[in-house]
Amino acid sequence: MPVVETPVTLTPTGPGPTAAGLTDAEVHRIRNDFPILGTEVNGKPLIYLDSGATSQNPLSVMEAEQEFYEQRNAAVHRGAHSLAVDATDAYEDARAAVARFIGARTSELVWTSNATEGINLVAYAMSNATLGRGGEAARRFAIGPGDRIVVTEMEHHANLIPWQELAARTGAELRFIPVDDDGTLRLDDAAALITPATKIVAFSHASNVLGTINPVSEIVQLAQAVGALTLLDACQSVPHLPVDVKALGVDFLVFSGHKMLGPTGIGALYGRAELLNAMPPFLTGGSMITTVTMERAEYLPSPNRFEAGTQRISQAIALGAAANYLAETGMHRIEAWEATLGARLVAGLEAVPGIRVLGPGAGLPRIGLAAFDVEGVHAHDVGQFLDDKGIAVRVGHHCAQPLHRRFGITATTRASTYLYTTTDEVDAFLDAVAQVRPFFGAH
Amino acid sequence: MSTGLEQLYQQIILDHAKVRHGSPLREYDGGGRAGESHQLNPVCGDEITLRAGVDEGTVTAVSWDGAGCAISMASASVLTDLVQGLPRDEVIALVDSFREVMRSRGRIEADEEVLGDAAAFSGVSRFPARVKCAMLAWVALEESLLAANS
Repeated sequence: MPVVETPVTLTPTGPGPTAAGLTDAEVHRIRNDFPILGTEVNGKPLIYLDSGATSQNPLSVMEAEQEFYEQRNAAVHRGAHSLAVDATDAYEDARAAVARFIGARTSELVWTSNATEGINLVAYAMSNATLGRGGEAARRFAIGPGDRIVVTEMEHHANLIPWQELAARTGAELRFIPVDDDGTLRLDDAAALITPATKIVAFSHASNVLGTINPVSEIVQLAQAVGALTLLDACQSVPHLPVDVKALGVDFLVFSGHKMLGPTGIGALYGRAELLNAMPPFLTGGSMITTVTMERAEYLPSPNRFEAGTQRISQAIALGAAANYLAETGMHRIEAWEATLGARLVAGLEAVPGIRVLGPGAGLPRIGLAAFDVEGVHAHDVGQFLDDKGIAVRVGHHCAQPLHRRFGITATTRASTYLYTTTDEVDAFLDAVAQVRPFFGAH
Repeated sequence: MSTGLEQLYQQIILDHAKVRHGSPLREYDGGGRAGESHQLNPVCGDEITLRAGVDEGTVTAVSWDGAGCAISMASASVLTDLVQGLPRDEVIALVDSFREVMRSRGRIEADEEVLGDAAAFSGVSRFPARVKCAMLAWVALEESLLAANS
């Protein structure tokens, strides 16, 4: 069943850029929507600073999933009974809501399990095109010896390993844009690396370790100048800043639902319609076909072409509710609030002796997260110390081993904020961090 | 400071994390056979390379290189002090009894008579996420002894 197009609204992510950031009072009101934020850990009120790994869920998201199972549960896009129609409507409404949220057309939004699956989908579609699948229309996705894939040194493993594998399968060469000491991409090198042999440039919008916001339009221009495709890993941007895929000009974009107030198990791939409709499928099976014989099959257009088998219906509906929650709050306002928190984190951390923050220094743009090294204390021990105070942070390499190696460390501690994080929480975290080196006797 | 954190990071652990007995790794120059093992915790990147010799059934010349948290480094240091010069069979029994304590979720208190300073790690078993840190060197020793035997 083809997807019905809905028009793109002018303000898909809520009030425009001139909107003021959230206020402390509003953040406290928002927190009431998140039951888990009122719980205790180790006898202390939970201070959740790990939203970069996974965010918490508001009641409206959990209720959307429950309501679906209580009142509409049925298989979508098949069956003529009323419940199936209801389920299909709710499922496609969610697609429309999430597509609108990133400025995409509904048919350009493919459900995936998460961002990782979205990237693998594109990488395997390119493999399949290389083998001749998809015919002449898919030739532009073919890749082989002499061709090049370009990523960056700051990528999450999710946006590195699928390309390593694609290179290994096809004989293409994998190159990376290096990261400077200040945590920004070296654009001079990017210009030299993105040659006419480049088939695809895959890079993150915002770094999950450095907090850097990358210059998307500059890199897209470099890619377009040589006819290369672009794929943006937007896991750390779509949840935290207004993202408009058309303004960014990227060919593909991926993100995960659980980092944007949604459930686990659902994410999305955006692709320009023209590309998605020319690309061979990755996973195949039921629900993605038109005509099937014992020998061969014809495929539906996007997005159904890429959604084989029974889909994650309740998760998709819950993710739609999450996108609506964020849009109603206003992404510009969330972005401004988190910029304040990020600046407070960095300024506070840099004031603690023996702490080295990775990425842009105080005063430079960053999303609301900071990863740091504590001299003489391993990140695991830092995380344990903070956990004892009810503070949840991430420790380790954050799925970015090459980036950590580039900065000469194996593990860091990362605090990451969201729309529900208060300045008091950031201050309590900073206060606890200042006690870490004395506790472990680090000098 | 809460008792949970103090149970985990006993002073003896904090001290051993700094002195690191047995580190760095040394070439084996004894008269027996040596084995070596490299262990990595992919979750946090902690790693250790440990070498141990077995000379006429006695464990000797335990040495290691490692990078990691206080728990994993202190555990390697304590282990080095504990097992040097003991019969191989006794060392293997010690590894088993340490593992049993670590996997007990706090139900089994280590016997200080048997495990010596390693008994200080009892508190780690209440923190399941850290058990692997404490076990890293012990697994490396176990594999080194197997390698020395082969």
